[in-house]
Amino acid sequence: MRPFKYANASNPAAAIKIVTADPAARFLGGGTNLVDLMKEDVMHPSQLMDVTRLKFSVIEKKANGLSIGGTASNAVTANHDLVRENYPLLSMAILAGASAQIRNMATNAGNLNQRTRCTYFYDANMPCNKREPGTGCGALHGVNKNHAILGWSEKCVATYPSDMAVALAALNAVVQVEGSGNTKRNIPFADFHRLPGEHPEIDNTLKHGELITSIDLPENRLAEKSYYLKVRERSSYAFALISVAAALETNGNRIKDVRIALGGVAHKPWRARIAEQWLRGKEPTQANFRAAASAELKHAKPLGQNKYKVGLAAKAIVRALEGAMQGGTYGAMEADSTTTNQN
Amino acid sequence: MEEKSTFSDLTEAERKALEELMPDEMGEIISSGIKRRHFLKLFAVTGTSLLAANLLGIEQLMARSVPIEEQPSELIENGINVSFEVNGSTQKLTVDSRMTLLDTLRERLGLTGSKKGCDHGQCGACTVIVDDKRVLSCLTLAATCEDKRVTTIEGLATGNELHPMQASFIKHDGFQCGYCTPGQICSAVALMDEAKNGDASYVTANVREKKSAVNLSNEEIRERMSGNICRCGAYPNIVNAIREVHGDKAVAQVWQFADGTI
Repeated sequence: MRPFKYANASNPAAAIKIVTADPAARFLGGGTNLVDLMKEDVMHPSQLMDVTRLKFSVIEKKANGLSIGGTASNAVTANHDLVRENYPLLSMAILAGASAQIRNMATNAGNLNQRTRCTYFYDANMPCNKREPGTGCGALHGVNKNHAILGWSEKCVATYPSDMAVALAALNAVVQVEGSGNTKRNIPFADFHRLPGEHPEIDNTLKHGELITSIDLPENRLAEKSYYLKVRERSSYAFALISVAAALETNGNRIKDVRIALGGVAHKPWRARIAEQWLRGKEPTQANFRAAASAELKHAKPLGQNKYKVGLAAKAIVRALEGAMQGGTYGAMEADSTTTNQN
Repeated sequence: MEEKSTFSDLTEAERKALEELMPDEMGEIISSGIKRRHFLKLFAVTGTSLLAANLLGIEQLMARSVPIEEQPSELIENGINVSFEVNGSTQKLTVDSRMTLLDTLRERLGLTGSKKGCDHGQCGACTVIVDDKRVLSCLTLAATCEDKRVTTIEGLATGNELHPMQASFIKHDGFQCGYCTPGQICSAVALMDEAKNGDASYVTANVREKKSAVNLSNEEIRERMSGNICRCGAYPNIVNAIREVHGDKAVAQVWQFADGTI
């Protein structure tokens, strides 16, 4: 690891000012991704500003929903009574990610700022436009079985690794940030992460020096029918091949509101708006779920090794929506999957 | 006496434990130090409970390391003064900003129980408990530990009495090579508190249903322990060991020595 200066922030404005003034400085949260990337020499900040002791760890009710602190840990957030009760989709998504140890360390703000786990990005000897713009994309015609099927560009086919962010996309979260000079702004979640386009080195729309202070979750009526499905190569502690955050609100036998977001398919959490549009006002049947999933995935462009993801994503959407209709209980989904496997 | 002076390194209790268990080996141990072979022999000559009672003394003997030399200051870049509690005692030291908690424990404080497996947060061998939460010491910078309370595998026992989780891992043979074991045990100890708090996991049937405490099924234990990889594959025994401590019923031991004793 290269040498860096370390400081423990006690005042948000001062910390933001210092980081803003130095383009190579970074905020440090739990460090679960950043410290690892520094060991790999993928990231080499000049200084780390530890923000974990700032007073941004509160989880509290707001007028129109819930505010979760940027420095609250993933574990505390997932297990907070108000989150479990009103946003079970977020609890499930967080608990699907990483391990108990990592969730204890990782902060909510840090989770949104984590980098792709693309192996070309992680290996400093490989070409990667995200790590080193202009060097090319090793994965485009290389080993790309875990890579994107939607929204990628010739410059980058990496996927975004977070589970939490997939749920936040479905929940229409709003990211609150603070910049230098006490400037505050909010970023709707759909605009927070970006597609790679010509600049895959830029993951999101935060400006350098801006600190995520909290994430707002608007009120909804989706809690009773929410489910987060994660498909991976081992049953725990692995990144998603495909994940689906699904939530519904029904009125009689009609879908009033539906949210579907996909992980493991794109450079950002992928909100399946075509499928949502297709389902609104219709009956929540398996046939309709299938039709909606294939309408969304008609636009998928798989790479050399990940054609399987298109079919897998379609099936995962159907299963996640069914899981949500069954009340989002894990046991019910398992029983269901056993039946599916036997078929 | 000549022998006595070579022995000055051992406490009376340690010497007694060795003499009782392996009288024939004492001469060799005195002249060339304790070897893994001697340790293995302990398994052959003792029953589990006797071994457990003596294990601490032996472990302390084996862990006896050369005194830690204070790091020359010219070797520390971007030094940070940090003070935190490790297993009940306050440690004040100056660390390079790059130093992880794991390296600090092992290289500066001589606490080599916490293991460096992958050093990238993928295996869990370095798991320690910081402020009552299990974390990965390989991804924790020591500089961030100011005023925190760290518990490592060395801090779980009370005097010569093993922590129930340590005793249960021995009873259920929850390891083969033992490299992941300190991390497994620290992780399992913290898991007991999480279960008492009613924390949910990905396999919890319904996260909206809050309980004051959760009763962990085997599936729940496996999911919640997934951050600790065991390359030997001792998982069934690890699950049994945890179930024994977590539940109110004794769990049957599934192994025995060749002569039929347990």
